[in-house]
Amino acid sequence: MTDDHVDSRRRRLLTVATTTVGLAGAVGLVIPFAGSLSPSEKAKAAGAPVQVDISKLESGQQITVEWRGKPVWIIRRSQEMLEQLSSLDGSLADPKSESNQQPAYAQNAYRSIKDELLILVGICTHLGCSPGYQPDIGPAAFDENWKGGFLCVCHGSKFDMAGRVYSGVPAPTNLVVPPHQYLSDTVIVIGEDGGLV
Amino acid sequence: MSFIDWVDERFPATKVWKEHFTEYYAPKNFNFWYFFGSLALVVLVLQIITGLLLAMNYKPDAELAFASVEYIMRDVWGGWFVRYMHSTGASMFFVVIYLHMFRGLLYGSYRNPRELIWIFGMVIYLAMMATAFFGYLLPWGQMSFWGAQVIVNLFETLPFIGAALSEWIRGDYVISDITLNRFFAFHFLIPFILLGLVFLHIVSLHKVGSNNPDGIEIKKGPKGNKWSKDAPADSIPFHPYYTVKDVMGLVVFLIFFIIIVFFMPEMGGYFLEQPNFEPANPLKTPDHIAPVWYFTPYYAILRAVPSFAGTQVWGVLAMGASIAMFFILPWLDRSPVKSIRYKGPIFKSCLTVFAISFVVLGYLGTQPPTPGLTLLAQVFSIIYFAFFLLMPIYSKMDKTKPVPERLTK
Repeated sequence: MTDDHVDSRRRRLLTVATTTVGLAGAVGLVIPFAGSLSPSEKAKAAGAPVQVDISKLESGQQITVEWRGKPVWIIRRSQEMLEQLSSLDGSLADPKSESNQQPAYAQNAYRSIKDELLILVGICTHLGCSPGYQPDIGPAAFDENWKGGFLCVCHGSKFDMAGRVYSGVPAPTNLVVPPHQYLSDTVIVIGEDGGLV
Repeated sequence: MSFIDWVDERFPATKVWKEHFTEYYAPKNFNFWYFFGSLALVVLVLQIITGLLLAMNYKPDAELAFASVEYIMRDVWGGWFVRYMHSTGASMFFVVIYLHMFRGLLYGSYRNPRELIWIFGMVIYLAMMATAFFGYLLPWGQMSFWGAQVIVNLFETLPFIGAALSEWIRGDYVISDITLNRFFAFHFLIPFILLGLVFLHIVSLHKVGSNNPDGIEIKKGPKGNKWSKDAPADSIPFHPYYTVKDVMGLVVFLIFFIIIVFFMPEMGGYFLEQPNFEPANPLKTPDHIAPVWYFTPYYAILRAVPSFAGTQVWGVLAMGASIAMFFILPWLDRSPVKSIRYKGPIFKSCLTVFAISFVVLGYLGTQPPTPGLTLLAQVFSIIYFAFFLLMPIYSKMDKTKPVPERLTK
């Protein structure tokens, strides 16, 4: 082979082949690098169910427990609160709870297993603030016809006493009802429903 | 052979010094608006130095972070000074950059042939926002936690990939110790990327030459000044003329800066927000949360857009678009002149209204979202976008003044 003969086809093939293999290697490297940022086994394991004793919960009272790092509210609604719910249907975005924000056993008028006991993940479906409990029925600064519920002060989303979202607010969907079940009349497990449907 | 000759044979020290300082010829009519570029560089360097010192005492751990900041404030010698310089520096960095950007808007510095300078500048601005956002989580106060929660959840609104993406960013299902640890790593890294971007910004600036308050291309004018027969006639060397001028600007800036550090580091809750003096509590959002002031115009736009079609992605898209507008600005301005000095009444009024809407949106972003204020935010968001999107029309039909051949005073 002489110096003045250059096989440019072969040279191009080699260039393309080398570049391709190099790029494939670089892409392969992205997988462990990017993967190392995803939730670790420890983070995944931290989602254990929580048991809550609700025997001391008074009517209208809210307690907050932590499940998977998120606030979960347990509220014993009064009869008055429950009576307001059906009157609100017209001003809600999803009054029948049709979007998949609750287990099937909570897809009912009160979004709960037991009528008076409301269990919700206290994280706004907009951008993740924790809405405040505003149980008092009557004119409020943010709503003249307030029927009780939750107000997210971050971006002004409103929810009723069943965690159903009002229409025309930033949050698009109802608050999430977490999987839960009753071990007895006074003990709830959050995060586990024994496959209840 | 002198020492500098020895170096020059191995590294172009003198050549670089001449090209970028003593023989970099800048227009002779820079006014006070031209202080802010060099000030931004000084603030960046100060942030890196104070940040390094803080990192030596700070602990990026959810259990220890809040207390380690208190430790810096109370027990580290001069720690309060270093930390207040860093927190004040963050806000002042944005003050300086907003004024620097407004200078660009006034004098058309984003226009041909300076589009790339402007775009590098916008990338710098994005990198600054990322650094500021990552840094704000580090004190692990209430506002740190809930601010990060809201911003990371912005990604969750994206269709299909949203939930997985926000989990990947957090490394957890909620903002946690894992998130804090990685945000600290990013907060340390990005300033050095910023330095690299500043390098590109300046290299492209020195390639085409600085704009000026008249928006006239001095390179197209007559040649020859006191120092060089090839330099534009209306130019002076950057050093010593503008270095000395910038030092004077720096002195004035540092007076304001140090008054804030010593007497008003919280700036009435705008530089350091009150809820952040309380440790992060994942179960309770503070009664009123708002980002730090430099993000609030975009935050107001985010909140102004209601959700519809079962998703709130629209607000997020509007917020992204409001920043993206700046990137396409060089191609929106169709005016035959660059500088505000020769633009007509339409452009002048539009720019004024835009500046007002940016400030009003910034104010609204700090306020709780009542229906009245939300309506106001919607009106001003529309004005904000109209300034950009209608610019190709109004900048063309505006009645401009004739541009002189040479620089004016």
